[in-house]
Amino acid sequence: MEYFIQQLVNGITLGSIYGLIAIGYTMVYGIIGMINFAHGDIFMIGAFVALISFIIFGLTGVALPIILLLVLLIAMLFTACYGWTVEKLAYKPLRGSFRLAPLISALGMSIVLQNYVQVAQGARVKPMQPLISGGLEFFKNSEFIVTVSYLQIFIVILTIILMGIFTYLITKTDLGRAQRACEQDRTMTALLGINVDRTISITFIIGSSLASVAGMMFVLYYGVIDFYIGFLAGIKAFTAAVLGGIGSLPGAMLGGLLIGLIETMWSGYVSIEYKDVAAFSVLIIVLIFFPTGFLGKPDIEKV
Amino acid sequence: MSNLLSVENLTMKFGGLTAIDDLSFDAKNNQITSIIGPNGAGKTTVFNCLTGFYKPTNGQMFLHKEESKISLRKYTDFKIAYVAKVARTFQNIRLFPAMSVLENLLVAQHNKLMVASGYSLYGLLNLKTYRDKEQLAVDKAKYWLDIIGLTHRADDNAGDLPYGDQRKLEIVRAMCIEPRLLCLDEPAAGLNPRESAELNKLLKFIKTEKQTGILLIEHDMSVVMGISDHVVVLNYGKKIFEGTADQTKNSKEVIEAYLGVDE
Amino acid sequence: MEKKDIIQSFKDSLFTGFIALALFGPIVGLRTASKGEGLFITPQWGVVFLLVGLCILGRFLINLNSARTTEFTIFSKLASKFSAITEDKAKHFAITAILFAVVFPFLPFTDRYFMDVAIMILTYIMLGWGLNIVVGLAGLLDLGYVAFYAVGAYSYALIATTFGWSFWICLPLAGLFAAFFGILLGFPVLRLRGDYLAIVTLGFGEIIRIILINWYEVTNGPDGITGIPRPSFFGLPFKRSPDEGETSFHLFFNLEYSTMHRIIFLYYLILVLALITNYFTLKIRKLPVGRAWEALREDEIACKSLGVNPTNTKLTAFAIGAMFGGFAGSFFATRQAFISPESFTFIESAIIVAIVVLGGMGSQTGVVLASIFLIGITEMFRDLEQYRMIAFGGAMVLIMVFKPKGILANRKPTILMHGDKK
Repeated sequence: MEYFIQQLVNGITLGSIYGLIAIGYTMVYGIIGMINFAHGDIFMIGAFVALISFIIFGLTGVALPIILLLVLLIAMLFTACYGWTVEKLAYKPLRGSFRLAPLISALGMSIVLQNYVQVAQGARVKPMQPLISGGLEFFKNSEFIVTVSYLQIFIVILTIILMGIFTYLITKTDLGRAQRACEQDRTMTALLGINVDRTISITFIIGSSLASVAGMMFVLYYGVIDFYIGFLAGIKAFTAAVLGGIGSLPGAMLGGLLIGLIETMWSGYVSIEYKDVAAFSVLIIVLIFFPTGFLGKPDIEKV
Repeated sequence: MSNLLSVENLTMKFGGLTAIDDLSFDAKNNQITSIIGPNGAGKTTVFNCLTGFYKPTNGQMFLHKEESKISLRKYTDFKIAYVAKVARTFQNIRLFPAMSVLENLLVAQHNKLMVASGYSLYGLLNLKTYRDKEQLAVDKAKYWLDIIGLTHRADDNAGDLPYGDQRKLEIVRAMCIEPRLLCLDEPAAGLNPRESAELNKLLKFIKTEKQTGILLIEHDMSVVMGISDHVVVLNYGKKIFEGTADQTKNSKEVIEAYLGVDE
Repeated sequence: MEKKDIIQSFKDSLFTGFIALALFGPIVGLRTASKGEGLFITPQWGVVFLLVGLCILGRFLINLNSARTTEFTIFSKLASKFSAITEDKAKHFAITAILFAVVFPFLPFTDRYFMDVAIMILTYIMLGWGLNIVVGLAGLLDLGYVAFYAVGAYSYALIATTFGWSFWICLPLAGLFAAFFGILLGFPVLRLRGDYLAIVTLGFGEIIRIILINWYEVTNGPDGITGIPRPSFFGLPFKRSPDEGETSFHLFFNLEYSTMHRIIFLYYLILVLALITNYFTLKIRKLPVGRAWEALREDEIACKSLGVNPTNTKLTAFAIGAMFGGFAGSFFATRQAFISPESFTFIESAIIVAIVVLGGMGSQTGVVLASIFLIGITEMFRDLEQYRMIAFGGAMVLIMVFKPKGILANRKPTILMHGDKK
């Protein structure tokens, strides 16, 4: 029982990270109907920017909360630039091309980003000293002590705050309305005088910023990154987006949590070697039997 | 004249919306039956039910074959064309644009050619039996191309044809599966008067020469009134009138449905 | 051009430079390196300024160019010229290329290194042709093609090391196994939409790889399988000193022993396998099933309305593609005599997809050119491995943006009514 609770806590933490990445997938899919294959690598770049900033600020000796806030903002800013540029270079010229073109272009972009970071930052793994240590302990009297680290609390709370801001942005502001309009019918939205290109750009910026936050969390949580982390994390987050119902924002978060839980439970109870198989199998099963996910809209084939 | 198709109590609901409501009608062999009605009346939905793209919520659709009848509900997807021999065209033309006109017509004879090619085995061995059957298929394509006057463009990409020719090509492509029932979804949309007249001629030819029943959705009244033997009028998913073209023209209900009623 | 335009493009270029600075600043400019305990930053500002400068200059030149014409003219002109040349001469090119390939091992400058590269290029050509059936003809984006390559290689290795059967028995068996896996995967997933299919095949490829790593009892895990038998020349092994009762190749033909014999044999083996793949593809494209593949790529709904069974048709494409992947895998296993899961990563799939896409989907000649270009030329710069991958990815993006149908995208009808007009 205690072990289960521990895995639950770990799963929720991991799920928060996946959920934040998944939002980027689901938003882009909602608005331009493509799988942004390079999104996982945007997350990876976010993690690198965060790592670099941590090292720099680590040398200055500023108080920890300020460091966290600064790194968060810096990571969001610089990663957003990547998201914006990728869209402008690789996706925007392809609107109206044949249906697999954006996916292939995204695949190319993903390869570029991965190898670019490998060249620029080296292929070795990058370890970082833990910044936030300590935690709360529960069930001290039992055989298995459940630990909830401060870092885990930080990750979950930050996720909830970001989700709050984000939900407000999408449901209550002009920007959110424009975005939802573009999802429904891009041509009509443009005819009504909304700058569709700008709205799409902003979608990529938001998605990349959230992914960079996930990247920062990843650095803090695992303490080690390399140029390849974006691939697996990206696939898992995409699975999360599909599981929650692609196009649905609460769905992405829900899917993220589920994938995080499935992964930790699988590693905890079944087999740690095959933990990635669990994620991939979920992906395949969901896509085959359950393509609309939990909160997605059914995709009626128009004849 | 014998019944070809009978639709009985067909109902189709999407969530709370009833697109077709308890619709019954018959279509006869060697006749053109038109389904007309204002936009959103549920005409295309009827087609999608008939051709297996939707599964109707309720009701039956039978295709009569001599004494027996087969239920179209049992067939979905590609089997409607393959087994039941119901062919259709689409409101927004669906050709294979990057393939040649001839290839388009050969794909329509796919199942026959698959058997002829011994599921590719004879074809790979280049046996004469396959080559002969392929020639037959080409001849058939040529027959239809001659009729619509596109033989000279057989080797051009279908997507390069003018719009009106694409419409005609889609119809003869459907005819290449040798259908018993041909469903045409707004074939005259976007055609100029001359092309419409040619279309009328083509449909009349199919009706009289090919022993095929035609079911037609159309807004162009010159086409509907010119060639229909029987007209079914839908409004809000319900049948509001059924009769010959002349009867329809003078029906009060139909005029009200189209033009509204003065309060 | 007016002065206003120039100022405008200059401003725009500066903005580009600003963005480039934001992009390259942290990632390129602040290189992290481990020293002892922790990570330290090594600044690389020189490189950053160089890159930013290049971006500004490039953008400015593009702006000047596009002020005259709307299109990115140089590239598209080049591309269209290229396709025009090869369309006319495709047949001549094919014959010349095959002749060249046949005499290649005996050319004066051909050494061991050239042969190795040539064998590698031919392996990729074969994989590209195999995948072309799936992606180019049937329009199914398969991002897990390497899985079938792996299945072929492992089944060949396992059968050959366990039963000691000869290459010529193991090869078809490995192909069949791969085809079987193709059907196994294809059956549930082929009704999925295009982009979902791509992701699912990717997942499948990864699952196969993870299983290969972890299933020690059978695959020997990350250590891989060693001692895979080399192929023999119709029963004559390529050995300096054959076992008792055996005659080796050089003794039989009364030649001086040379390791090149085996290499040359392997070269012709893969050449023949690749040409068989090509011949088969060209042939089946003209059969009803091949036409149905292309029709499905064009419009699946129309296919259904004509009675074409989409699932079965796609399944045949998938299985046949997988089979050729399996053949190539067997060849790979026998050539290396050692295989491990490391050879079957996602990036391999991506490279094969890149070859097909860059060559022009459905174009057989395109696959050859793309393989020579991507594998051969970049092989010369082996030390620049990562730069090569950046160029790969970048080329994929550029092709999609400027020539989405690939460099050689001139489809010829599979059958003509009026014969060849030219």
